[in-house]
Amino acid sequence: MKDNSYQAVMARSNEIMKKAIGMDYNQFERGQLAFDYQAMMTEAGYSLEEVIAIQKETGVGNTPLYELKNITKLARMTAPKGKGARIFLKDEASNPSGSFKARRAALAVYHAAKHGYKGVVAATSGNYGAAVASQAAIRGLKSIIVQEAFDSRGVYQPEIEEKGRACEAYGAEVLQLSVGPELFYVFLRVLEDTGFFNASLYTPYAIAGVETLGWEIVQQLEDQYSVKPDMVVVTNAGGGNLTGTARGLRKAGSDAVVVGASVDLKGLHMASDQDFNRKSFTTGHTGFGVPFTTWPDRADVPRNAARPLRYLDRYVTVTQGEAFYVTELLAQLEGLERGPAGNVSLAAAMSLARELDEDQVLVVQETEYTGAGKHVNAQLSFARKNGIEISVGNPADSVPGKSIILPEHPGLVQAVDLDMDDLRRSYLKRALETLKGAKPLPEDISFLAEDCRVTPEYIESFIKE
Amino acid sequence: MTDKAVPKGTWVQIQQVILSPGERAPQVPADTAKVPLVMVTKGFLQQEGRLNDSVAVKTLSGRVVEGKLVKVLPRFSHDFGEAVPELLAIGPRVRALLEGGEQK
Repeated sequence: MKDNSYQAVMARSNEIMKKAIGMDYNQFERGQLAFDYQAMMTEAGYSLEEVIAIQKETGVGNTPLYELKNITKLARMTAPKGKGARIFLKDEASNPSGSFKARRAALAVYHAAKHGYKGVVAATSGNYGAAVASQAAIRGLKSIIVQEAFDSRGVYQPEIEEKGRACEAYGAEVLQLSVGPELFYVFLRVLEDTGFFNASLYTPYAIAGVETLGWEIVQQLEDQYSVKPDMVVVTNAGGGNLTGTARGLRKAGSDAVVVGASVDLKGLHMASDQDFNRKSFTTGHTGFGVPFTTWPDRADVPRNAARPLRYLDRYVTVTQGEAFYVTELLAQLEGLERGPAGNVSLAAAMSLARELDEDQVLVVQETEYTGAGKHVNAQLSFARKNGIEISVGNPADSVPGKSIILPEHPGLVQAVDLDMDDLRRSYLKRALETLKGAKPLPEDISFLAEDCRVTPEYIESFIKE
Repeated sequence: MTDKAVPKGTWVQIQQVILSPGERAPQVPADTAKVPLVMVTKGFLQQEGRLNDSVAVKTLSGRVVEGKLVKVLPRFSHDFGEAVPELLAIGPRVRALLEGGEQK
C-alpha cells in the first residue's frame, strides 16, 4: 500500500507533477541554473494565433475597452497643469467566469482535453478556480478546486466563500482547507488519486493565454480611438497577468511602459492563521507579488513561465483603502460595479496618470466580477467585524491588519514605487544560493541577465560583491 | 443540533483533519502550527448517517470521499455586509468635486 503521509507524498512531488503536466521540463535546462525561457515558451506554448482560436471556441476574450472619462477628469483635478493621462479600462469581468483568469484556464483545459486527461485540478483560492471549472464545464471535463478558505475558528474569508460557491455552480468539486502551505500536500494527493491534469497557473500555455489581453489592448485602442498605449498598469500577484500581458503588448508592436501594482500587506504573514482574516485582499497583494517577482520558481511547476522581472518597468504599491476607494469611484462615476481585487491597478493608475501628459494613454488592463462576499461593502464590513479600524483620511497612515483608511480626497491616492534594484538583487541572491558555492557558467550569467533585464556586467559585479 | 438520521442521498458537508498540530510543516508560523489542518468538502451522502458520524459522500466530480458529517444542506453565509457609512459618503463627495470644476 502507498505511503500517504505528508513526508512521503511531498517526496514524490516531482514524479506526481510530471505525470500531471505531461511535460518534461528537463529539455529546457541549460548550464547550472539556467534554462531556455524563450524555447520553453515557443515549443511548449501556443502561438498567438492558436491562442486566439482556442479562446474563441469557449467565448473567452474580446472584452470591451472603456475610456473612464469621469475618473480621468478627477485625476486631472489633482494633477499639475497639462498632466493627467486619458485612463482606459479593459473590462475583463466580461469573460465567461467573470475575470481574466478565463484566458489562462481556456488554454490549460484545452491542453488537458487534447492530451486525454479526464479532469483538471487547480490549487487556488482566487478567480482561477471558477475559470477552470467554467472552461472544464464547456469542454466536458471534470474539475476539482483546492482552496485555502477559513481560519481555525472556521471563519471563511467572504471573498473565498463566494469563489467556492462559483466553482460549485460550474460543477466543480471544491476542497476547502484551513490556513497553511500544506494545501500543496492535499493537492498532490488529489492529483495522484485522480490522474487528472494539473491546471497550473504557471505553465507556458497558461501564460500564453494572457498574451491575447495585451494584444487586444493595442488593437482596440487603434481601432476605436486611433491611439497607442503609453503605459499599461497590471495588478500583480503570481506574475502571470503581468508576464502574459507584456508579451502580448510586445507581440502587437507596443513599447508601452509596463507597471505592476499590488496592494501593500506588509507585516502580515501569508501562512498565519491569525493574520488570515485580517487581510481584506486575498490576491493582487505584496504577499504574493513580491515573493513571486523575486523568486518565480516557487510555483507548482519546475519552471515558472511567469517571470515578472523580464517585463516590469516599474512596480508600485497602493493601500487597501485606496483600492476600495477607486472601486467605489468606478461604480459611482463610471457605472461599473466590479470586484475590489481587480481594481488594484486602477488605484495605481489614478496616481500614475498625474505623471503623464493629458494626451497620453494609460490602460488599466483588468476588472473582475463582483457579488456577495466579493464586494467592497462586504469586505469593509467584514474587516470592521474583525477589529480592523475603518476611517476616512490619508491612506498613507494605514497599517495592514490594523487599519484601513479611505482617502478623504482623490489627491490622496498615491502609488508608491518599490525599488526595482532591490527586487533584482533579492532575485539574484536567491538564484546564486541554488549554486551552493559553485561558480556560475557563462550561460548562467546570460540567463540571469535576461531574467532580470540587466547587462551581464551587472550580474558579474553583483557576484563579485 | 439534531440527532435525527440524515437520509442517503442528502447534500451534506464532511470534514477531515488532514494534519494534527504535531504534524504541521516545519515552516508554518507558531499560531498555525498549534492548530490542525482541516479540510471540508460537500457531496451526496452515500448511506444514512447522523451528525458527527463517519460517512462517505459522492462529490460533484463523482469521487467518493470520507469524513465526519458536519452540516446538512449547508448554507452559504457570505453576503454584502452591514452598511458602511464611510463608503456611502464617497459618491456624493466626488460628484460635488467634479461639478465644482477645477479647484484643487
